[in-house]
Amino acid sequence: MFLNLKTAVAAIALSAVAGTAFARDLVINFDDLNPGPKKGFEDAVAKFQEENPDINVIVNINDREAHKTAIRNFLTADAPDVTSWYPGNRMAPFVDAGLFQPVDDVWEENGFNEDLSAIKATMSRDGKIWGVPYSYYQWGIYYRKDIFDLLELEEPQTWDELMSACAKMKENGVTPFTIGTKFLWTAAGVFDYINLRTNGYDVHNALTAGEIKYTDPRIVATFDNWEQLIDECGFVANHASMSWQDAIAPFANGDAAMYVMGNFSVDGYKNAGLTEEQIDFMPFPTIDAAIPPAEEAPADAFFIPTNAKNVEDAKKWLAFVARPDVQTEWNKTIGQLPINSKADISDDKFIQEGFALLNAATGLAQFYDRDAPAAMAKAGMEGFQEFMLDPSKKDAILQRLDEVQAEVY
Amino acid sequence: MADAVVTDTRTPTEPGWFRRNKLAIAPWIFLIPALIFFAIYVVIPIFESLWLSLYEWNGLYDAEGNSTATWVGFQNYVKLWDDPNFWTSLRNNIAWLVLYMLAVPLGLFIALFLNQTVTGMRFYKSMFFFPFVISQVVVGLIFGWFYNPDFGVVGTVWKAIFCEETTNILGNVTFNCSRPAPDILSSPEWATYGIIAAGLWPQIAYCMILYLTGLNNVAADQIEAARLDGAKGWKMLWYVVVPQLKPATFIAVVVTVIGALRSFDMIAIMTQGGPFGSTNVLSHYMYEVAISEYGERYGYGSSVATVLFGIMLFFISYFLWRMYQDEKGGR
Repeated sequence: MFLNLKTAVAAIALSAVAGTAFARDLVINFDDLNPGPKKGFEDAVAKFQEENPDINVIVNINDREAHKTAIRNFLTADAPDVTSWYPGNRMAPFVDAGLFQPVDDVWEENGFNEDLSAIKATMSRDGKIWGVPYSYYQWGIYYRKDIFDLLELEEPQTWDELMSACAKMKENGVTPFTIGTKFLWTAAGVFDYINLRTNGYDVHNALTAGEIKYTDPRIVATFDNWEQLIDECGFVANHASMSWQDAIAPFANGDAAMYVMGNFSVDGYKNAGLTEEQIDFMPFPTIDAAIPPAEEAPADAFFIPTNAKNVEDAKKWLAFVARPDVQTEWNKTIGQLPINSKADISDDKFIQEGFALLNAATGLAQFYDRDAPAAMAKAGMEGFQEFMLDPSKKDAILQRLDEVQAEVY
Repeated sequence: MADAVVTDTRTPTEPGWFRRNKLAIAPWIFLIPALIFFAIYVVIPIFESLWLSLYEWNGLYDAEGNSTATWVGFQNYVKLWDDPNFWTSLRNNIAWLVLYMLAVPLGLFIALFLNQTVTGMRFYKSMFFFPFVISQVVVGLIFGWFYNPDFGVVGTVWKAIFCEETTNILGNVTFNCSRPAPDILSSPEWATYGIIAAGLWPQIAYCMILYLTGLNNVAADQIEAARLDGAKGWKMLWYVVVPQLKPATFIAVVVTVIGALRSFDMIAIMTQGGPFGSTNVLSHYMYEVAISEYGERYGYGSSVATVLFGIMLFFISYFLWRMYQDEKGGR
C-alpha cells in the first residue's frame, strides 16, 4: 500500500539488469493520498526517474493526518531521504531538535535565492534555510456570482462596501457567509484575514511569534471588526458541528453567498454541482486603506532529515522540485500555484486571480496554525470558535489567550 | 491429582523441593506469560508515564536518538491546576460517571422485559443487544448524523414542526424556521449530554446481557415460595429477584464505571472535544495535548493521564477489595 508498485517493479527490473552496484535508493515520504496531489507527485517522480536512471526512487505515500503522526517517529527511527512537511512554525520543532538538515547550498547553487525569494523568510530559521517548497495557494473569498448578479452587487473592495452588500443579502434572505468550524482551522482563516487587514502583516507576525498580546488594543480592534462581521453579515447557523466540506452544502444550495477559504476548495464546489460561471473569487476587502495588502498563502515543501542515508540524491530531488518546468507541470495537475517566479501558471481562472493577488501582496502569511506554535494554535482556534458562537465573551477569551501565550512561548 | 500430592507428602523419602511445592508453584507457571505481557504493556508504561509527567517534552528524539525532554518536577501539575480545560474535562468525567450509571437500572428493566418465553424472543433479544456489537466509532457516527440539525432525525422532526418549506433567492428549496433547530453537538451546554446519551445506548445493551444471564440463575423455588407468601410486582422484584442478581449488578456497575471513565471514541468522533473543549474528558484531553495534531506536550499529557489513572485506581481498588471480601465470605 505504501509502496508505489510501478516504481517498485521498475526498480527490481532495473537492478536485475544493471546489477546493484549503481542503483542508489532515494526514499521519499509524501503526505497526500488525494487523487490530484498523488498524481502530481507521481508524475514528478516519473520525470525525475527518467532524468536520473541511476537513482532508484522509492516512494511512501501516506494520508495527511497519518503522516503528521508518523513523522515524529520516522525522523529518528527510520528516516527517509526526503520528506514532505510544512514551513513556518510547523517545521520549528524538527529544526530545533536537529532532525532536519539545512539546505542553503541547494538554494545557492540553483539560484533559488532569487527565484523563490517570496518564500525564503518562511523557509528560514536560525539564519539557515531548511527546505524547498513546491507549491502554494491563495486564500480569499469565494462567492456565488449568480447571487451577486441577481442582487446587482459588485465585488466589495472595502469593509463598508462588504457591510452594505451583506445588508442587501440579508434583506433577500441570503446568509452572507458559510463556514464549518468543527475542525477549528477554518475560523483561523477568517481571523488571519481580519487581522491582516486591520493591523497588517508585521503585527500579525508579531502576534503569532508571541511578541504582542491578544489583549493588545490592536488585536482587540481586530476582534471588534470580527464582531461587526458577525453582527452585520453573519455566518450560517450550526457551523460548530460542520466540517468545511459540510459547509459547502448551503453555499451550493444558494442559502449562503460567500466563503472565506483556500483554493483547494474549488474542487469541492464543482463536486457539489456548481459550475465555473456560478462561482468567483475576490480578495478579502480592505479595512484600513493605509495598510499594505498581505495575503494568506500556505506552502507545501520538502525537507531532508538529518538521518537521511542518501543526502546527495536528496539534494538533487530538492533542486528538481523547484525547477520552473517541474513546478509548472506539477501545479497544473494539483490546481495550485508554483512558487518559482519563472514557472508558468495554469490558465484556470481561480489560479490566475490568485496569482495576480499574491504577486501584488506585500507579505504572505502561512496560516494561523502554521505560524503559531501548536499549543498556542490549538487554544487560539478554540477561542476563535467560541468567539464566533458568542462574541460577548470576547474579553474573557482574549484574557485566556494571553495566559496560554505566556505559557507557550 | 490432589490424592497423588497427598500421598507424596506422606512418603518418608525426602521428595525434591519442586515436588513439595508443586501446588504453590503451578499457578505461577501458568501466570508467567500473562504477567510478562501485563508488565510490558501495562505496568511499565504506567510508571513511565508517571515519570514522564515530571518532564517537559515535545515527543521528539534528536538525530542520535536522545530524548529532548527537560526536567520540570511538578510544574505540569501546577499548570493543570490553573488550566480551565482540565477542570472542564474533569467535570465532564463526573457527568459521564453519574449519568452512565443509568445504564444499570435501564439494562435491568429491559432484561426483565425480555426474560419471557414468547415466539421470536431470541430475535428481540439480539436486536436489543445489537448496539453493543457495533463499534463505538460507528455509534458515534450514527448519533452525529442523528443530531444533525440539517439532515438528521432531530432536524427533520424539527422541520416538520417549526419550519415551512420555501424557496430561496435562486429558487432552490430551503426552510424557514420560526425557531432554529437545536444543534446539540455544537452547544457547549448540551453537547456532553448528547454524547453521553449516545454512549448509553450500547452500555444499556451490555448491562442487559449481564442481567439476562443473571436471571437464568434466579432460583425458581424461591420465586415460588415468595409467590405463595403473596409477593408480586415491585415487592417481588425488589426483595426476591434483585438480591439474587447481586453478582450481575456488581459486574454491571464495574463495567459501567470503567466504560464511563474511558469514554474516548465517541467524543473523538462526534465533537473532537469541541465546541472549544467543552465536551472534553480526561482521556480525550490527554490525547489532545500529547499526541494530536496540536499537542506535542507529552509531559503535560502524562500528567493528565496520571490524574485519570488516580481516579481509576480509586474505583478499581474498591472493586477489587469488594471482590476479595466476597471471596472470603463465600468460603
